[in-house]
Amino acid sequence: MTDATPVLEVRNLKKHFPVTSGLIWQKVVGWVEAVDGVDFSIAPGKTMALVGESGCGKTTTAKLVLRLEEPTAGEVFANGMNVHEIKGEQLKEFRTTVQAVFQDPWSSLPPRMRVRDIVAEPLIINKVASSSEIKERVAEALVSVGLRPQQADLYPHEFSGGQRQRIAVASALVSRPKLLILDEPVSALDVSIRAQIMNLLMDLQEQFGVSYLLISHQLATTRYMAEEVGVMYLGKLVEKAPTKELFDKPLHPYTRALFSAALPSHPDVEQEEIMLTGEVPSPINPPSGCRFHPRCPFAEARCSVEEPQLRELAPGHFVSCHLV
Amino acid sequence: MPREIGDVILEVEDLHTYCFTRYGTVKAVDGVSFSLRKGESLAIVGESGSGKTMTALSLLKLTPRPAARIVKGAVRLEGEDLVNKTEQEMRQIRGRAISMILQDPQTSLNPVFTVGNQLLESIRIQNPNDNKPTLLRRAVDALKQVRVAAPERRISDYPHQISGGMKQRVVGAIAIACEPKVIIADEPTTSLDVTIQAQYLRLLRELQEETNLALIFITHDFGIVAKMCDRVMVMYAGRAVETGPVRDIFNHPSHPYTQALLRSVPSMDENVDRLYSIEGQPPALWDLPPGCRFAPRCPHADDRCRTEYPPSFEVGEGHTANCWLLEKPGSKVENSTKQEASA
Repeated sequence: MTDATPVLEVRNLKKHFPVTSGLIWQKVVGWVEAVDGVDFSIAPGKTMALVGESGCGKTTTAKLVLRLEEPTAGEVFANGMNVHEIKGEQLKEFRTTVQAVFQDPWSSLPPRMRVRDIVAEPLIINKVASSSEIKERVAEALVSVGLRPQQADLYPHEFSGGQRQRIAVASALVSRPKLLILDEPVSALDVSIRAQIMNLLMDLQEQFGVSYLLISHQLATTRYMAEEVGVMYLGKLVEKAPTKELFDKPLHPYTRALFSAALPSHPDVEQEEIMLTGEVPSPINPPSGCRFHPRCPFAEARCSVEEPQLRELAPGHFVSCHLV
Repeated sequence: MPREIGDVILEVEDLHTYCFTRYGTVKAVDGVSFSLRKGESLAIVGESGSGKTMTALSLLKLTPRPAARIVKGAVRLEGEDLVNKTEQEMRQIRGRAISMILQDPQTSLNPVFTVGNQLLESIRIQNPNDNKPTLLRRAVDALKQVRVAAPERRISDYPHQISGGMKQRVVGAIAIACEPKVIIADEPTTSLDVTIQAQYLRLLRELQEETNLALIFITHDFGIVAKMCDRVMVMYAGRAVETGPVRDIFNHPSHPYTQALLRSVPSMDENVDRLYSIEGQPPALWDLPPGCRFAPRCPHADDRCRTEYPPSFEVGEGHTANCWLLEKPGSKVENSTKQEASA
C-alpha cells in the first residue's frame, strides 16, 4: 500500500439530533447523540467495515459521508475535498465519485424504471456523459456485474433478489466511483446468493480499485471482505484494528462480547461466554463515562466517571477502554 | 447436556402440501418425512422458497387457505394423526400441544392490546375456571419464566413501549404459557441484534432443559444450527435432501447442496481467501426439473440426475441424503419408493 491520499477521511465526526417537544413552539428537550466523535480513513482500493448493533450510529455515519445529513461537528474528506463545504462542479464530482449500495434490493430499485434508466441515472443527473457514451457505459456496467446488456430493457420485478442487487451494484459503479458505501449489502439475500454477491464485490474492487465502506452487523461478512474493522457502540468507535488483528485479539469488552454472541461456524467451536445483560441504552442522554459501563461485566468505579479515549495499543489497533 | 432425549413425539410422514394458484400447482412441500423426540432440537434449514415454513405451518394446519392444502401424508403427534382433524379439534392442539414462535415480534404482537392481555388469552385457554387475579398472577409467572425484568409493570405495557428483545420474550412467554410439548421457532432471532439474539437463544435452551420441550428451528443460518440443534434436515425446493445428526452434517456433508451451502458461508474463526458460490438460483416451484431439483446448479450432475429423482441413501447412522452420487453397492436404499413414485 502506498501512502496516497486516503479516499475517505473522517475526522471527529459528530451528529446530534434534537429531541423536541411541543407542537407549535417546539422546544429542544434533549439530544440523540447518534454519532459522537468518529475518526477513520480508507486508503484507495481498501475496505473498511463498521460493525455494531442497531442504534450504534453506523448508518448515520454512512449518511454523513454521503452528505445526506449535515454533521453537528467534524469533517469528512473525500479525495481531499471537504464533503460538507463543496459546491457546484466539485459537488458534482463528489456525487459521481462516491456511490452507495443499500440493503434491500426490493425497495432500493424504482419499480417503474427500466434497468437501463436505473443504471444510467447517476450519469444523467450529473451530466457527465453524452447519450451514446451513456449507452455504452450502461452495457459495460451490466457486463461487469454478470448481467447481459440485453437485460437493460427489463424492469426490476423481472429479476431475482441476487440479480437486483447486481443491478444496484451496476448503478453504483457506472459513474466510476472511487468509494462505494455498502450498507448491509447481502443481509437481505438468500444464503446461497450471498457468496455470489460478496465475491462479485471483491472482484470489482480488484478490477476497478474502488474502496468500500462496509456497514454490517455480521462479523463473518466483515472478516471476509474488510481489511480494517471499526466496532461502534452508541455513537462511538470503541475499537478499530486491522481485520486479522481484531479477530485474533479483540481487546474491548464490548468487542469480545460481540464475538462471543456471534454464532459458531461449527458445533464443536468453543466460544468465550460473555453474556451481556440488558440492551443497548437509549442514545438520548447516554450513560456517563464509558458508554458501555452499565452492561460491561468488567466495569470499575472510574468507568462510570471518566470517558476513555481511543489509544493505540498495537500498530493500527486502537481501543477505548480503561482496563486494557 | 442435562437434557434427556426421550420417545418420538412428532412424526411426519411423506407430507405433501401444495398451493393451487392461477399459474399452476406450487409444490411447496413435496414428500417430507421426519421425526422429533422429546427434548430434542431439530433444525429445518433451507433458503426462502425451500418449503421450510410451509412444512411448519402444515404441522399446525395453518397453511394459507384456500390456496394451500395438505394433499398427502401424515402428521402424527404422539401417534395421533392431525391431518384429518377438524378446525375445532386443531384449536385444542395449537398452543397446547404444538405452539409457534414467529419471526418478527413487531408484527406478531397486537399493538392495541397490552402485553398482559395477550398473555391472558393463551393462559385462559389452559385455565378456563380461574378468576382474573389468579390469571394475572399466572401471566406474571409466565413473564418471569422468560426472564422479563419487573414483570408486574410490563404486564400493563403496550408492545410499542418495550424493546424488540423484550417483545420476542413476550412472544416466547405466550408460546410456552400452555405448556406445549413441541415448539416451532420460525427464524426466531432474525430481527434481533447479535447480543440480544445470544440472550434469546440461551433462554430457549434453558426453557428446553426445564421442561424437556421438543424444538423445531426453522432457519437459514447454519450458526443457529451449530449452536442449538441436535439434528438437521436440509430442504431444497420442497424436499428434504439431507438429514442427520448435527456433527455428521458439519463434518461429512453428503449432498452437494449441503456441501456447497456450508462452503459458501463466511466463517468468524478463520480467514477464507475466496468463498465458494453456488451459481444460479433455486428452481421455481411450479416448474420443477424432472430429476434431482438441485441438478441444474450441481457441479456433479449427470444425465441420470437430470431425469430421475434420487432416493435416499444411508451414509451414516441416522444420516441420509438424496443423491445419486452416494449410490454404492453396499449403501442401503431406504424404503422410500412411495416418494419416488410421486415425483
